[in-house]
Amino acid sequence: MLPKIFFGYFAIAMVVLSLLIITRRNPVHSVLWMLVLFFHIAGLYLLLNAEFLAAVQVILYAGAILVLFLFVIMMLNLKEEISGERFEGAWPLGVSVSAIIFVLMLLTTGDFVHGPVGKYTIEVIKSETHAKALGKLLYTEYLFPFEIASLILLIAIVGAIVLAKRRS
Amino acid sequence: MNVFGMTVPAGFELATSIAIIIVKIAVIVAVTMLHVLYATYFERKVIGHMQVRLGPMRVGYHGILQPFADGIKLFFKEDVVPAEADKTVFKIAPIIPVFATLSAVAVIPFFDGFVIANINVGLLYLFAMSSLAAYGVIMAGWASNSKYSFLGGLRSSAQVISYEVPMGLSLVGVMLLSGSLNLTEIVKAQQQYWFGMYLIPQFLGYFVFMVSAFAETNRTPFDLPEAESELVAGYFVEYSGMRFAFYYAAEYIGMIVMSCVAVICFWGGWTLPPVLVDAVPALAAVPGIVWFLAKVYFHVFLYYWVRATVPRYRYDQLMSLGWKVLLPLALANIVVTSVVKFFAGS
Repeated sequence: MLPKIFFGYFAIAMVVLSLLIITRRNPVHSVLWMLVLFFHIAGLYLLLNAEFLAAVQVILYAGAILVLFLFVIMMLNLKEEISGERFEGAWPLGVSVSAIIFVLMLLTTGDFVHGPVGKYTIEVIKSETHAKALGKLLYTEYLFPFEIASLILLIAIVGAIVLAKRRS
Repeated sequence: MNVFGMTVPAGFELATSIAIIIVKIAVIVAVTMLHVLYATYFERKVIGHMQVRLGPMRVGYHGILQPFADGIKLFFKEDVVPAEADKTVFKIAPIIPVFATLSAVAVIPFFDGFVIANINVGLLYLFAMSSLAAYGVIMAGWASNSKYSFLGGLRSSAQVISYEVPMGLSLVGVMLLSGSLNLTEIVKAQQQYWFGMYLIPQFLGYFVFMVSAFAETNRTPFDLPEAESELVAGYFVEYSGMRFAFYYAAEYIGMIVMSCVAVICFWGGWTLPPVLVDAVPALAAVPGIVWFLAKVYFHVFLYYWVRATVPRYRYDQLMSLGWKVLLPLALANIVVTSVVKFFAGS
């Protein structure tokens, strides 16, 4: 019962927060609502017993990436942003496409089949701790995709440095 | 379930454990705030004597009641909000760092078994909370709508993000040696050595951690965000009264939390070196909180000592120190620790 109440709260709050993010006139306010949203996502991870992911969600997304967002937004001309229209002319099209996807999802929920239970049940994760289980899998079974992801990130860093150097 | 020898009647277990947690939280918050009050007094006294002055002397014996006088004064001061400020953000901003730093205290084990939340990712939780404190600074800098605050806010956020990286990496060595992210486990794992602390095998990590901790809490020599000679007071120029006091409190709670982390991860927390306890068995009877607090007070003293000793860094020096010295040192520490652990373990 308690987990369901928490899930309901997180789910509703996340939808409301997402709406707040896209409707604010001031981009800085949008980012601050996004900060609250990231906390709710971390809360959902906690409900799933994924404590490591929850911590990393707050450290990386809330603590680092969002601060960089704020940096970029503070460089914009905020007065222009606030006085301009919040949405482009094509927003009715966007709303109707998402409404269709929403209806499709609702129609398919009846055919939902629960997948097979894997090796990592909640009991296993609790006894082994989440960080350890995740780390072991990442460095053994999923080493190759993990390395590819790090390589892509490295390329992005090098790209940023090259762009910054060319200008000076 | 037993509380102080009394059996809790069936059906009240959940309510009792929640009540116990609330009492623990109240006690810890009260004790922490008292520490914050007296940390300011301690700082003024220490720096006063280091500069051959007396420090506060007027209120009570040797100024012992000065923090209360300051607190009452700040409480009754007018709360000024600039006309052109973003009012909501301006008002919320000071609450965030206090909230974040006080939440960090929740996972700190003060002595064996006394911790509000004994979670498995305690160390990561501490990082998460310390990175949130930056929002109070950025939001204050932006919402005040003033050049000085904005520059201070930008400086501070860049500084905090840069120094979070070496700080996190400096503790990876501790994680590797203890094999856990749980703070209680980390303390217990240090008992395997005769000297009972990671300070010796992890001296490099400790050095990087302490320098980064000074930068994270915006203390001298890295107090550029508030550099009063160039930015007046940095991000909180426009704040007054209680909201100003919130920033002050957050800075001191941050210092105390960082000292606690240093004590837990490198100084063996509430334990003593086993060799010392073997030599003098009477020491085992002293409660662990005494050793814990003594170690924390030493680290808080270290902050003041450094403040009275070294001048402020220049901003480009600060950045190059973080990225070009501390980060490679922390990475080298990880490599050496992993290699040693791999060969010693097999």
